[in-house]
Amino acid sequence: MMLDYQQLSVDIAGIKMKTPVMTGSGTFGFGVEYADYVDLNSVGAVVVKGTTLQPRAGNRGQRIAETPAGMLNCIGLENPGVEEFIGNILPQINRYDVPVIVNIAGNTVEEYGQLAKLLNVPGVAGIELNISCPNVKQGGLAFGTCPDSAATVVEIVKKNTHLPVIAKLSPNVTDIVAMAAAVEQAGADAISLINTLIGMAIDIHSWRPVLGNVIGGLSGPAIKPVAVRMVWQVAKAVKIPVIGMGGIMTAEDAVEFLLAGASAVAVGTANFVNPGTATEIAQGISDYLTKRGITQVGQIVGKVQTE
Amino acid sequence: MPKQHVQAKVVQHIAYNEDVRAITLFAPSLVRDSQPGQFIHVRVTEQYHPLLRRPISICDIDHEQQTMTLVYRIIGEGTRLLAAVEPGGLLDCMGPLGNGFILQGNRPLLVGGGMGVAPLVYLARMLCPQPVEVLLGARSKQEMFWPELFAAVCKNIHITTDDGSLGTRGNTIDVLPQLIQTGNYDMIYTCGPNPMMRGVVEQAQKYDIPCQISLEKHMACGVGACLSCTCGASDGKRRKVCTDGPVFWAGEVTEW
Repeated sequence: MMLDYQQLSVDIAGIKMKTPVMTGSGTFGFGVEYADYVDLNSVGAVVVKGTTLQPRAGNRGQRIAETPAGMLNCIGLENPGVEEFIGNILPQINRYDVPVIVNIAGNTVEEYGQLAKLLNVPGVAGIELNISCPNVKQGGLAFGTCPDSAATVVEIVKKNTHLPVIAKLSPNVTDIVAMAAAVEQAGADAISLINTLIGMAIDIHSWRPVLGNVIGGLSGPAIKPVAVRMVWQVAKAVKIPVIGMGGIMTAEDAVEFLLAGASAVAVGTANFVNPGTATEIAQGISDYLTKRGITQVGQIVGKVQTE
Repeated sequence: MPKQHVQAKVVQHIAYNEDVRAITLFAPSLVRDSQPGQFIHVRVTEQYHPLLRRPISICDIDHEQQTMTLVYRIIGEGTRLLAAVEPGGLLDCMGPLGNGFILQGNRPLLVGGGMGVAPLVYLARMLCPQPVEVLLGARSKQEMFWPELFAAVCKNIHITTDDGSLGTRGNTIDVLPQLIQTGNYDMIYTCGPNPMMRGVVEQAQKYDIPCQISLEKHMACGVGACLSCTCGASDGKRRKVCTDGPVFWAGEVTEW
C-alpha cells in the first residue's frame, strides 16, 4: 500500500505521524504481534498495552464477552512490567519506523511519576496516561473520574518527563468537558478519548456474570456515537489536540471523528476483526480527501457544521 | 513463515449430524505451513454482529488437493452464520495460528473428547506411518462421527460413549488406565473438555508418559495482542493460549 504521507501526516503535540491513524492501547499488543498482517511502518503511531511498574497477571476467569456490535473485556492490565518492556520489547518495536507511545497505569500518583521517569529512553515518542481503565481495583479509573485527581497525575508525569503527555479520558463521567479542561490546565499536551464504557453481561442459564471480573469495558462499533459526541464536545472546549477513538471500523468512521474535532484517530477493537485496519483506514481517508480535492487531512479537523 | 490473512474458497460444506459441520477450504497458502494442533481464525460475517472472529482448530489437511477441513459445532450466532456459507463462497481466514503438537516418540496415544477430537485427525495423519492409537469419547453414537476420519491413519480406534450407544459405555478416563497398561505408549496427545484432559494428564503422570494438551479459551485477536486467553504457568510467567499454545506440555500451564 502506497500512502500519501504528505496528505495524511499529522503532528500531535510534537509526535510526527505519517498518518492520522494510530492503534489503541490494549488492542494491538506491542505492535510486533501484528507485523505479519500490517506494515507497521505505515501506521501513524503504536500505543502499546498499558504498562505498570511491576508485572501484572490480570484478572481471573473469562476476560471477554461479545455483545451486540461490540465486546466487553476485563483483561485487568496484564503486562510484563516496565523493566521488561524497556529491556526486551521496545527494541523489537523500534525496528520499525513508527512512533511508540507508551500507555502507563499506576496504583498511586507517585507510580505514574516513576513510570514516566523510567520511560525517558530513546525510542519512546510519548506517554499516554491510563486514568480510565475500568478493570483494576486501584488507580486506573479512580484517577479518571475526578478532575482534581486526573490533574494531579498529569502534573506529576509532566514533572518527570520531557516527552509529550497524552491524557486518556474515560467516558464513564458526568462531565467529560470538565475532565478535559482539568488535564489541559494541568499541562497535558494532548487528550485521547474515549476509553471503554463500563458494561456487564449475564449468563441467563447459570445466573452468573459472563465476565470473571463481573463488569468490563465495552468497545467496538456499539460505542461509536458516544465517542463521536464526546470528541466533539471536548475538541470545542480545549486547545490541545484530541485523539479520537471508540468503535472505529472504517475510513468513514474515522472521518466522522476528524470532522468532530479529532486531529488523529486510533483503531482499537477493529484490529481483532481485521488486522489490516489501521493502514486500510489511512488509505480510505486519503481517498476521501482526494475525491474532495483536499490536500491535507488537517483541513477537515473539527469542520462539522452544527449551526 | 509469515501468518496469512486470506479469502479461502469453500469447496465443500457438509453436515456430520444435526449441529456439527465440516467446511473444506481450498487455501494453498494456509495448507502449506499448517501444523497439527494449529487453528484458523475465521471471520463469519462482514456485519458487526457478532463482531469477533471464531478460532477453529484445523481438523485435517489434504496436501495434494491443497484443502483444509475445519469441523465445528453450531453453538451460537457466529457458527450459525458460518454454517450458512455455501460452497463456492469465500471465507475470511487468518492463520495458521498458534503452536501445534510436537511430534515425538514412537508409540503415540491420542485421546480426544467431544469437538476436541478435531485436531487429532490431522495429527494422526502426520504421525503416520507410526502406529497411531486413538481413544475417542462422545456423549452418544450421533456425536461419534470421527472414526471414519481416522480410518486411513490409525492402527486402533477405541470408542466410549456416555450412553453406551457405541463402543464402551462411560468416558475415556474409564478405559484409559487399561490402555496405558497394555499399550506401552511413549507420548499422549489430548484435546477435549478440561475435566477429561485433567484425567488424561493424571494418568499420564502416574505412568510417567509425556503428555501434550490442547487448550481452548475465549480469545479476540488470536495473535497474542489482546491477552484475553492467557493462563498461569508453572514457571510463574504467563502463557497465551493463542500464540504460546494452544498446545502445551502437561504441567507447563497451571490455570485451566
